[in-house]
Amino acid sequence: MNKELFIFIIIASVKVLLVFGAVQFMVIAMIWLERKIMAHMQVRLGPMRVGPHGLLQPIADGIKLLFKEDIIPQKASKFLFILAPIMTVVPALVTFAVIPFGDTITIFGRSIDLVITDINVGFLYVFAVSSLGIYGIVMAGWASNNKYSLLGGIRSSAQMISYELTLGLSLIGVVMLTGSLSLVDVVNEQSTLWNIVMQPLGFFIYAASAIAEVNRCPFDLPEAETELVAGYHTEYSSMKFATFFMAEYANMISVSAIAVTFFLGGWQGPFLPPVVWFMIKLSACLFFFIWIRSTYPRLRYDQLMYFGWKFLLPLSLLNILITGLIMVIKG
Amino acid sequence: MITITHYLVLSAILFMLGVVGVLIRRNAIVIFMCIELMLNAVNISFVAFAYHLHSMQGQMFVFFTMTVAAAEAAVGLAIIVAVFRNKETVNIDDMNIMKW
Amino acid sequence: MESYLFYIVGTIAVLAAVYLIFERNPVFCALYLIQTMVCIAVLYILLEAQFIAAVQMIVYAGAIMVLFLFVIMLLNIKGDEESKRSFPFRKIPAILMGIGLLTVICIILKSKLLQGKQDVYTVAHIESLGNTQLIGNLLFTDYLLPFEITSILLFVAAIGAIMLAKRKL
Repeated sequence: MNKELFIFIIIASVKVLLVFGAVQFMVIAMIWLERKIMAHMQVRLGPMRVGPHGLLQPIADGIKLLFKEDIIPQKASKFLFILAPIMTVVPALVTFAVIPFGDTITIFGRSIDLVITDINVGFLYVFAVSSLGIYGIVMAGWASNNKYSLLGGIRSSAQMISYELTLGLSLIGVVMLTGSLSLVDVVNEQSTLWNIVMQPLGFFIYAASAIAEVNRCPFDLPEAETELVAGYHTEYSSMKFATFFMAEYANMISVSAIAVTFFLGGWQGPFLPPVVWFMIKLSACLFFFIWIRSTYPRLRYDQLMYFGWKFLLPLSLLNILITGLIMVIKG
Repeated sequence: MITITHYLVLSAILFMLGVVGVLIRRNAIVIFMCIELMLNAVNISFVAFAYHLHSMQGQMFVFFTMTVAAAEAAVGLAIIVAVFRNKETVNIDDMNIMKW
Repeated sequence: MESYLFYIVGTIAVLAAVYLIFERNPVFCALYLIQTMVCIAVLYILLEAQFIAAVQMIVYAGAIMVLFLFVIMLLNIKGDEESKRSFPFRKIPAILMGIGLLTVICIILKSKLLQGKQDVYTVAHIESLGNTQLIGNLLFTDYLLPFEITSILLFVAAIGAIMLAKRKL
């Protein structure tokens, strides 16, 4: 094996491990932060017993889930039941492969881009991967052989198909301004002005449909506790349940990372190092998710569909039209 | 070394499996899936030819095939849902009102 | 390296297609078809058609197959296939016909009838322009009329689907 290839493989694996580790850490941190922030917004204290201010709560939860009995329902389709959590978590994690989280740095005279891989169809890659995430949920809903799970699965398939459309269309405006599908180019384009200034409507549509896409409140119909017990993961316990939980948070982090990349200037920012800027913006987006969850009640299913098809979709088409018109007028 | 013939043979095998599926299955939705498989098989040979002949036309054709497949899937599934409402079955042997 | 990848992915695609046509449960059929489609997307990447590969994943794997699964789950279709009216022994002639078809195609492939003119878009040329940019350019110049016709087709299909599936208008 030649030397260059060897070094390339080493660098790539280190980057993958770093990003993967960071995402895992953020998932654990998010579980604690979400409970704490929501508690304080609702004038409660949240977890307080395990460690100072309940800091060790996620670890305690993890150990609890690890030692719980792993139940597979008797009438369930066993193979799909086991495959479903994996199918949910993998697409959520793979999205990070194209997200640039820092500028090019130089170590030992070798310049390294702080992005796992920069592909020229990065934008399409993100959607190709995120559109696969739905299968995990649908499979979990069907394989459990439980009517609440099945309803959750049916709901999520209709909901995610509807909102994926607006999610894609909301980002088209940014792609038009940039003239490239590579996420690295999108970030470089924003060195002077963030895209959120040029595309406020696009950002609004993206935010709304991203929340629906990752099944978070107020669009968490697939797992609505009050009507469907827990939706598609009613029958899951132990580590499989933990995997679903992790997938939900990883999805949140990945759509936030895309929002940062496309609208909030990626890692660009003064004074602080790029990676720190990226993390600050990412945290702000994640805080926004928690904020929304503790503020709004859940929508009804017909309201959700109405909002998606009759409000967000025309609005996103309008956004593309306006962007195109302004680009033509400005030349 | 992989030549265009490899891709064309793979495409032919997948197309053949699609045809056999249409003939032996009786479930309307599965027949539909087999038709999608046939469309996909043809798409492989389009892209393989495009690569072999250094042309973009093959890829353009695949693009249009995909839009047609999407339209076909939407209308076809709507028809299946409508038939199911009337007859409570998707087995095509039971859909024989037009037969004497 | 690339040839190994072709053989592995091609084998998986063919196996999944075989399972698709012999599996009784429609949900599993849909999942096998998704597997075939993902494999085909990988083949597109091997053939330097990144845009088509991404669209294959988004449109086929991400949208059309979800629609199939949605309908299967909504109608709760079980695996029972044989009806009283089914024609018996139809499998054997069908498989024989399939093998015949494959033989005919292979004979045509061997006969070197399939010749074509070489065009200018070599791999290096496509890479210098960008696969997606090239397709975009062609769509809005040479293929503008078919492109617009497909948009009308999709529009009509959407209206037709709503008309058919709605209980009462």
